[in-house]
Amino acid sequence: MKNRWLFTLQLGFTLIVCAFLIVPVILSILAGLTVNYLVGLESGLTLRWVFEVWDGYRDTIFLSIGLSLACLAVTLVIGIPTAYVLAKRQTALGRVIEEMLVMPVAVPGLATALALIVTYGSLSGFRTSWAFILVGHVLFTLPFMVRSVLAVLSAIDLKTLEEGAASLGAGFIDRFRHIVLPNCRAGILAGSLMVVTLSMGEFNMTWLLHTPFTKTLPVGLADAYASLRLEIGSAYTLVFFLMIVPLLLALQAFAQPRLKKFVAEDDAT
Amino acid sequence: MNKPLSITLENCAKTFTDGTRALEPLNLSIREGETIVFLGPSGCGKTTTLRIIAGLEEPDAGGKVLFDGEDVTTLPIEKRNVGMVFQSYALFPNMSVAENIGYGLKIRRESQAALRTRVSEMLGMMRIEALADRRIDQLSGGQRQRVALARALAVRPRALLLDEPLTALDAKLRDTLRLEIDTLLRRLNITAIYVTHDQSEAMALGDRIVVMEHGRVAQIGSPRDIYQKPATRFVADFIGTMNRLNGAVRNGVFTCRAGDMPWATAPADASEILFRPEDIQVTESAEGSTLRGTVAAAFYLGDRTRLFVEVGEKQPLVVESAARRDFSHGETVGLAIDPRGVLIL
Repeated sequence: MKNRWLFTLQLGFTLIVCAFLIVPVILSILAGLTVNYLVGLESGLTLRWVFEVWDGYRDTIFLSIGLSLACLAVTLVIGIPTAYVLAKRQTALGRVIEEMLVMPVAVPGLATALALIVTYGSLSGFRTSWAFILVGHVLFTLPFMVRSVLAVLSAIDLKTLEEGAASLGAGFIDRFRHIVLPNCRAGILAGSLMVVTLSMGEFNMTWLLHTPFTKTLPVGLADAYASLRLEIGSAYTLVFFLMIVPLLLALQAFAQPRLKKFVAEDDAT
Repeated sequence: MNKPLSITLENCAKTFTDGTRALEPLNLSIREGETIVFLGPSGCGKTTTLRIIAGLEEPDAGGKVLFDGEDVTTLPIEKRNVGMVFQSYALFPNMSVAENIGYGLKIRRESQAALRTRVSEMLGMMRIEALADRRIDQLSGGQRQRVALARALAVRPRALLLDEPLTALDAKLRDTLRLEIDTLLRRLNITAIYVTHDQSEAMALGDRIVVMEHGRVAQIGSPRDIYQKPATRFVADFIGTMNRLNGAVRNGVFTCRAGDMPWATAPADASEILFRPEDIQVTESAEGSTLRGTVAAAFYLGDRTRLFVEVGEKQPLVVESAARRDFSHGETVGLAIDPRGVLIL
């Protein structure tokens, strides 16, 4: 009897997940491949809408990929050392900085974007470049990188490991390369996946920060849904999936062996 | 190995940023090839002293650390060429056993061939050849300890510093490794500084023992001196077991609640005497003895029996009897103290 209840509950949960997570995605993808969505599948399947999206919004796709990778690079360069310092110096000031870093996540993206425009909007070269959006994305994604790396660094006895390396003659750079980085690679990977996905899908802030020449994929998607056929908007979603899923898989596959190789290479020197 | 190092600490004190005084000004000379053990309860300043010698802490202004007469006070640990074994071993989880052992050599840019030779030499010396390719999390505590020792020694350090290296291990393994470390240190003739709170480790390994209490040196001496001639009550209590009797001397006899003890050379003002369990014996019969007590507990240990004898003092006397006889609770026994083992502090 108990098992039957459990089975019913599990089935119900699975159906809810399907209904709200999987079915809308499938329907959206189908809409992007259907000749006329209002008529339904009997109107036939086509790649016309996908090609139209590719022709009209190709630049937004490349800009989004470029932006998310640039955002990843910046958050890696700033985030890892920040997490390292916070992990090493667990002071009251460190905790305040840690909390402050989360502010851009707590504050609505529109407010952050508005503040950026008010402060730096007059720098026209900067305002119209994609670097302006990058600043917003870095502000928003940095805490995710810092927190992921910090969580891993806090779980290991970093101080003693570094002291052990120092006792063997390793200076700061060697310790950071050989001990700190390899031992927080799980955190770096988790943070990287978060940063890339968040930057790629960020709409709130980007909607205010973009210009007609710096339109990102989610902004273009909103544009397509608002002003074009439903099929084109849906085809855009399909393109978005096609871009982000392989990117994330590649990142995951790339990060693990790459970091292992990094250690192996060093060991060979 | 390099020529053994002499280490001198001049006026080395340590006050932490929160104002805690971890170490009072300390002057100490450690001879070449000597094994010196810092012994004391937690918080006594022994690890702080080791960290000052290592270069992981700087002494307060005015303090100096000299290696072979050369001032290294401001030199960081990576430039001091000392090997260090940590309580938690500090082995790198991202490297194999062999990579851990070879890390110091890699940092020194030694050739690949020299590195390989030295690593296998170290693996052989610590008898862990079979573990070379293992990950650190695949090792037992004792194996980790051996890897940590091999790693510290691989770089041919000028001195070896060991911070409670056996604390994390079980008693039996501790005994085995203690013997191994002792053999190793004697064979390598390396200056070694060993920190422990375990007095039997200190007695077994140290050429000299520095007993520390509240950031101060309570006594420095050979294990025999520390045990037989403790300088203070703290040292007497911290090292081994110490019995106490309160009483007074009259006409060459020390009189206490347990009875009289003939003691020809007794100082006239002795009011409390201290002695080790091996300096007091149970006499054949209680009747013929001038000192008597009641057995409160008797533990048969195989080769001897450890007795706790009530004599009207705060603490019962601890007496080790080799006699092949049974003792029963409440039994009255005669006692004889060897005056040569009596201390007055």
